[in-house]
Amino acid sequence: MDLDPAAALKALQSRNFGGHSARLGIRYHDRGPDWVELALPFSPDLIGDEDSGVLASGPIIALMDVATSIAVWQRIAAFAPHATLDLRIDYLRPARPGQTVIGRAECLRVARSIAFTRGIAHDGDLADPVAHVAATFMVPSGTYPKVAP
Amino acid sequence: MRLPPYAELLGASLEVGDDGAPLIVMPFGEDVVGRPGFLQGGAISGLLEVAAIAALRHALAEEGGARVKPINVTVDFMRGGRDHVTRAAGTITRLGTRVANVEAVAWQDDRARPIAAARMNYLIERD
Repeated sequence: MDLDPAAALKALQSRNFGGHSARLGIRYHDRGPDWVELALPFSPDLIGDEDSGVLASGPIIALMDVATSIAVWQRIAAFAPHATLDLRIDYLRPARPGQTVIGRAECLRVARSIAFTRGIAHDGDLADPVAHVAATFMVPSGTYPKVAP
Repeated sequence: MRLPPYAELLGASLEVGDDGAPLIVMPFGEDVVGRPGFLQGGAISGLLEVAAIAALRHALAEEGGARVKPINVTVDFMRGGRDHVTRAAGTITRLGTRVANVEAVAWQDDRARPIAAARMNYLIERD
């Protein structure tokens, strides 16, 4: 069984007329066997510092929150409603003004009720990252479905 | 003090708290929703960031202002953000010469029951 990250994002965004991630313009970008990439197109209303034109950190956190969340579903090959327990982000350098930010996420482990993830935000070159993220998720009740070996 | 364009996207506005410190207020709305009926984590994080930077600018204004750059942010999500107004305020734990440590909390009905809290480190560049 497989989970299509593009379909998962579309389902997320359509459930409530779009929501925050759709307002930010977050869309599916790419995937690999154990990672998923979403894209955050640059827009002037995402600016956090008008002097430099640099993006606010909120949109990048939102991008990485959704990307790491989908990485968990990709790992368990199923959709399971869960909540972000915590998210830590290191800003390695400012994103270049005008550039689309790509969020790559992978799931490290899915335990009974907690899932561990990490991610990198970059603006074109994965080797020159903008931010590094670690996020954990929790199912509000019950457990995650078992991951097939 | 003027809030950045991203604060406008969130629908957030600036108020002054009883102690004269900035307070950021964000109504519930379609643009900040995650799963139906709840705030999106990124919107809560964004609000916490706006509150932290407002607190920092408020503190730095007293000494003539400076540029601030985020180093890192750790957000703990404690409760689901429901269909209510959310308020957030930042507290400066330490204002050093090069680094500021800031905490921010977001709450809805009761400040003693936060929906999320964040710790941030900012690099300060004084002229």
